[in-house]
Amino acid sequence: MKKRTFLITFRMLAVVALILTSRQLQAQTDDDALMMAKNNLCVGGTYSHSSWNYYWEGTYHRNNQNLGTVTTKMVSLMGIYGINRHLAVVAGAPYIWTDASSGVLHGMHGVQDLSGWLKWQPIEQRIGANSKFSLFALVGGSVPLTNYLADYLPLSIGLHSRTASGRVIADYQLGHFFMTGVGTYTWRSNITIDEQSYYTTSFYETNQVQMPNTTSWLFRTGYRTNRWIVEGLLSDMITLGGFDIRKNDMPFPSNRMNALMAGAHVKYEFHSKPLKGLSLTADGNYTITGRNVGQATTIDAGIFYIFDFAHKAKTGETPTLKTR
Amino acid sequence: MRTHIYSLCLFSAFLAMTISACNKSVTNVNSNLGPLNPANEDLNAGTWKLILLSRPDTFAVAAPAATNTPAYAADLNTIKGYQHNLTSDQRAQIKYWSAGSVLRWNETMRGLVAKYNLPPYQLSNGTYPIPSSTNPFAYPLFPFANPPYSARAYAYVSAAQYDALVACWHYKTLYNRPAPYTVDSTVQALAAKSSLPSYPSEGAVLAGVTAEMMQLLFPDEIASIRDKLEQAEFSLIASGAAAPSDVTAGEALGRQVADAFIARGRSDKAGSAVGNATIWASFVTTAQANGQTPWVSLETPARPPMLPLFGQVKGFLLDSADVVALRPGPPPSTNSDSMKQQVQQAMNTVKNATRDQLSLVQFWADGAGTWTPAGHWNYIAAQDFITQNWSEVRWARNMALLNMAEMDAAIECWYIKYYYFNPRPTQMDPIIRTLTGIPNFPSYVSGHSMFSAAAATILGHIMPSRAQAYQAMAQDAANSRIYAGIHFNVDCEVGMTVGQNVGNYAVQRAMSDGAE
Repeated sequence: MKKRTFLITFRMLAVVALILTSRQLQAQTDDDALMMAKNNLCVGGTYSHSSWNYYWEGTYHRNNQNLGTVTTKMVSLMGIYGINRHLAVVAGAPYIWTDASSGVLHGMHGVQDLSGWLKWQPIEQRIGANSKFSLFALVGGSVPLTNYLADYLPLSIGLHSRTASGRVIADYQLGHFFMTGVGTYTWRSNITIDEQSYYTTSFYETNQVQMPNTTSWLFRTGYRTNRWIVEGLLSDMITLGGFDIRKNDMPFPSNRMNALMAGAHVKYEFHSKPLKGLSLTADGNYTITGRNVGQATTIDAGIFYIFDFAHKAKTGETPTLKTR
Repeated sequence: MRTHIYSLCLFSAFLAMTISACNKSVTNVNSNLGPLNPANEDLNAGTWKLILLSRPDTFAVAAPAATNTPAYAADLNTIKGYQHNLTSDQRAQIKYWSAGSVLRWNETMRGLVAKYNLPPYQLSNGTYPIPSSTNPFAYPLFPFANPPYSARAYAYVSAAQYDALVACWHYKTLYNRPAPYTVDSTVQALAAKSSLPSYPSEGAVLAGVTAEMMQLLFPDEIASIRDKLEQAEFSLIASGAAAPSDVTAGEALGRQVADAFIARGRSDKAGSAVGNATIWASFVTTAQANGQTPWVSLETPARPPMLPLFGQVKGFLLDSADVVALRPGPPPSTNSDSMKQQVQQAMNTVKNATRDQLSLVQFWADGAGTWTPAGHWNYIAAQDFITQNWSEVRWARNMALLNMAEMDAAIECWYIKYYYFNPRPTQMDPIIRTLTGIPNFPSYVSGHSMFSAAAATILGHIMPSRAQAYQAMAQDAANSRIYAGIHFNVDCEVGMTVGQNVGNYAVQRAMSDGAE
């Protein structure tokens, strides 16, 4: 029977807002080469604003007038505590708002995932008079704090997977210049969605979705003193498996989401009263290329304060350059 | 140094805590079913009322060779040869198909619908290409398996399966040839054993009729459908349930019955349901002449309305006079206070949606890229049918009743939608954002409400113990569209009533088809 059809979009097309999970704790925390002093607690918050109007549907770069510009705003709270000079814990959680400027879809908002890291610095070695090599090992994990919708991309606030990660950071400092390399492997738990079936590259009748694991790489380099950090970043997130969004389909939590991003980070730490212990951060980030993600531009600003519970003021001493 | 040892211990403990089991593979809920073992073989099913065929012997099936002939001995040797060397893949196939062929082919249909249920991407000039059955492999792939297309597809496959099995049962009792494992005790029964005559094989009838229908409805899948048919038929023979001659005769019968349904399908007016620009414009002028705000597409670029003439398609249960007779009165006028109230209600509901309501929205969304509402009810029915140990012919009968009710609900619903051409809440007030994609067709009455009420009505008749549960699910499905902001209350209330009326046509048929 000759049958031609016209088409609807039941659910408007779209894509993942941005790589929420990999960058949400970025200020000076789980992926830099800084350590806290013993019994110091750093608490702070960041506000970030991320938006895109182009995205990759698989490898196809497109926009979507039924979404317009997709914006994600995020307020993150985090804390870092130095157990000793070589071991710290990091924890944080964001509140996220999503919105699409065009089309009919309703945005979402809510508390996303609690992330935690244990950061250990097993090697800190001076090389000659003016340079130093450090190695860090981290384990971390995240759990959703609320029962938010995962299968509502690109406007869901996260993927609702539990994660466990291992990370290695290598850092070389020469005078005030440094280079840091970061490698991460993240295991992601399967998720349960509200639907009873879905299609990836084949048809599933279950509410369980297999989530592919991810790796990410980050390279950062720049200028670092006890007051200033000014650096450039290049990061690459790679999903190990997953599938491409089909032409004009909706995105799905188990898509192969890849993103190569470039950015910059600036931090200033006050060292004299009355602002001693306070630091301010600013970041910018741009997605150069990706797959099944939005081409996001992100800016954020943060404010942090260090409480010294050890009561041993180390004036003018940045945690970065401490040596034994 | 002490610091490092302390750190290492703490670090290791944390590492051990965070790393957990890594087997993440996901399986379908019906991947591990046992074999179908009917409590009642329904040996009189050859006399049940047919849907399209006039007689169960419209298509002749030649008498089989007797079980003491050399030809049948060769058949048995084929089975023994298969059984001698089964690979684990082949055993898995036998297990898969032994759960029931009607079940498995309906599952396959749901998968095909989900795969093909994608609206085409626009052209650079802002218009949309239309999938073509004469060029199905070019983008946009044919078909766009949207809700009306899919409801009709499920119904045609199920109706053809039912008629083919009634014919099959007719010949089974006429020729009464026992199954291979009954004739020869050295043939193993790798699925369930039954006393049902095996010529022609019901599994092969289903494979033949379904494959023939499917390759028409989903022409790009011709290769995968052929693979599926071959696996089904191999499993029938290798399980010891059917001789090769049972399978050959069954497949041929199935294909002939399918051809009768295909001929019907070519002239049921579905092929012209897409309409054309003149027809699309006429809905607008008609609504305006009646003093109503006409529906507009809320997509950018604007998409032509989905299958506006689907209401003219020839139903299985309703004739064209029934379709007109079941049409409800109009919705509140678009400029009335009553409509303003409906808009206000819609806005308040979306704004205050709870997480439970969001779950219902998602659960029942059944939008692009899914099995559609008719497929969702097909799945709900299948999960309950699995517990009933019905014969294949009763499975087919009950699925046909459900799927025909869903197709006719789609016809009735589309007829009403384009008769009134009524706007969605978001069109009446753009402030109303929706919690799922907004369908590209008029609002009144709600398709989900009609599909769900029709399904709940016929399923409640088939399984009275579940009737209340089905009604509650239908109400949830209807409500989910209000929570999502894509329907007014009145769309769903009226849709439920009309859907129930359509479902009652299926109940009437069920009470008179000889199976109860």
